[in-house]
Amino acid sequence: MSREISRRSILAAFPLAALSVSALTACGGGSSSAAGGASSPVSQADIDAAMKRDTKLTFWTWVPDIQKEVDMFQAKYPAVKVEVVNVGQGGAHYQKLRAAIQAGKGAPDVVQMEFDKLPSFTLTDNLLDLTPYGIGDLKSDYPAWVWAGVTPGSKGIYGVPQDTGPMGMLYREDLFTAAGITVPRTWDDFAAAVSTYRGKNASSMLVNWAPSSEANMLGLFWQAGGRPFSYDGTKNVKINLTGDAACKKVTSFWNDLFRSGNIGNEPDFADAWYQGLNNGKYAAWLTGAWGPVFLQGTAKSTAGKWRAAPLPQWDPSKPASGNYGGSTDAVLKSSENPIAAAMLARFVNTDDKAALTLANEQFLFPPSTKTLKNPAFADAAASFYGGQKVNQQFTDIASTVQEGFQFLPFNDYAASSYDKTMGKAIGDRGDLNAALSAWQDDLVQYAKGQGFTVAS
Amino acid sequence: MPFMVAFALMVAVPLIYAGYLSLFKKQLIGGVSFVGMDNYARALTDPSFLGGVGRMALFLVIQVPVMLALSLLFALILDSGMLRLQKFIRLGVFLPYAIPSVIATLMWGYLYGKDFGPFAQLAKSLGLPAPDFLAGGNVLFSIMNIVTWGFVGYNMIVMYAALRSIPAELYEAARVDGASEWRVAWSIKIPAIKGALLLTAIFSVIGSFQLFNEPNLLRVIAPAAIGQDYTPNMYAFQLSFVNQDANYAAAIAFLLGIVIMAVSYGVQLSANRKERAA
Repeated sequence: MSREISRRSILAAFPLAALSVSALTACGGGSSSAAGGASSPVSQADIDAAMKRDTKLTFWTWVPDIQKEVDMFQAKYPAVKVEVVNVGQGGAHYQKLRAAIQAGKGAPDVVQMEFDKLPSFTLTDNLLDLTPYGIGDLKSDYPAWVWAGVTPGSKGIYGVPQDTGPMGMLYREDLFTAAGITVPRTWDDFAAAVSTYRGKNASSMLVNWAPSSEANMLGLFWQAGGRPFSYDGTKNVKINLTGDAACKKVTSFWNDLFRSGNIGNEPDFADAWYQGLNNGKYAAWLTGAWGPVFLQGTAKSTAGKWRAAPLPQWDPSKPASGNYGGSTDAVLKSSENPIAAAMLARFVNTDDKAALTLANEQFLFPPSTKTLKNPAFADAAASFYGGQKVNQQFTDIASTVQEGFQFLPFNDYAASSYDKTMGKAIGDRGDLNAALSAWQDDLVQYAKGQGFTVAS
Repeated sequence: MPFMVAFALMVAVPLIYAGYLSLFKKQLIGGVSFVGMDNYARALTDPSFLGGVGRMALFLVIQVPVMLALSLLFALILDSGMLRLQKFIRLGVFLPYAIPSVIATLMWGYLYGKDFGPFAQLAKSLGLPAPDFLAGGNVLFSIMNIVTWGFVGYNMIVMYAALRSIPAELYEAARVDGASEWRVAWSIKIPAIKGALLLTAIFSVIGSFQLFNEPNLLRVIAPAAIGQDYTPNMYAFQLSFVNQDANYAAAIAFLLGIVIMAVSYGVQLSANRKERAA
């Protein structure tokens, strides 16, 4: 009897108890601790001194096997002890991070921070500006669009780039050949290929596009030249989806595809989807540069049959791509050891050996030009892809990503709002164009409610 | 005394704090400001909240009577001694309750699957179209099924325990009068365990309004059918952790508590009224 009460009243207490943790700072206003980083450049002497002091750092990240790079760091700086903690992937990681920041304790020193989440943490002023710690020297090693990702509003450097996800197309060569399709070079070719393929296959489709796909869709908007969002670092945001010609074009294109019933619309990264990839339910996957290795891990039974190619293009004379995913390592302002933390973030991602290990053994697509050009990375041929030099293919794609795309400083909300509007239309095969409008309206309403000045 | 301490810490303090929070509003730009009952006014006209409450009311009206009727039936059958292997059957019906609801939901999610779930495969092998348990119109009933499966055993045990405590003389008197087993059940056993029936009814009412685990887990595989605001608890969770609107979430949680109190009170009142009339 009491067990039923306890189970159900735990459910009752849950929102309240959780709220009391998350809102402890709603009153406090998230006041930062004594640590706040330096405001003027820190001298090399200070850095050396700090790295020789006994320090303990906490590093929250979900990159598999990152201990390898951390061990290299600890070998070079034995006085600094690093504790690596995986608090969850994606959404769960950020929820815990916010809870720890708001509670004022338990927050790590260094944290994995995806590019599209970075602005929401600079908005609430939780990240340390890394400029005084010499991170600015790294600028020339990254393409402009990657560096722009860690310098939102050009007001400081808030992360060290770790990996990116320039978008390409992975496809099953055997299924394409069987259906008589060549690799589509333009989006018109792609639409034609979708129908042709479906005509020849009763139980298989050219491609799937998930309902919960905000980051993926933004990558396609990016490719088409869309720039729907911007944030100036203070209180002005621009939200312009329906007025942006490129975003409208892409939405309309996919609307037609979904309505035709010839492409899949099931959730990705779920059991049924993995099974589908394994048994040929989908012949292609439009994904980021982390996709090839991901596929190797999840679709083992189809080894040797996949190939990589650039995304279909709107204008083949001006090849372009967008970015889907990718992370940085950032330092929290509340860290009590800002110098050591900044050095950890820097080392793990830019030390030659560490960066190459991340690329070759953990298969993160490297953002830095130096690593991309390193033959040990570029020449790697994958048997899963029939011996194709997939890294080189994605490096070529990476060079076609244009700069200037920004994310809103409340990307969590933008993604969940997408799920409610665009995602629902995808799942129901409803009107995606109307959904774009609904998404726009919802975002504008949220932004205004949160005190932003919204421009379009 | 220890109860009061635990009660204060675990229940009273969070409640008061949540109530306090619900009177404020926090903006990403602009910080915290006092807004009085604005959050409550907003919740009462919020289609997400009202939709969630309505959905839970529908859930309640269908699932609770079905589940309690089944539990009562099983309890009566067990008590009548008509079955062999009593202990085995008791354990078997109770077993679903022992399975953590998260695991049960994941399992049912697989069973319900349109492509690879066993029901779908069975239908396909018979040449019928695969039933879509996770489609928008069906998903609420699919969730009802999971909850019923999980809690029939528990409620059955509660009722069975109550049945076991009925004095045997009543049965002897009835049998002397020539009553059949069903008559005994209807006229003696059920009225005698009214207290237990009311108890399970109220707990089930409270539980249905607080539904969270099952829809939250199924949402991953059926995002078009189950929105983030499918139930009030999910909506509060979403508001708090994604929208970073903990104050509004507190107001929602409070209002939900008030709705639950009102409905539970209503159930109790109508039961008492029937008793007085009978």
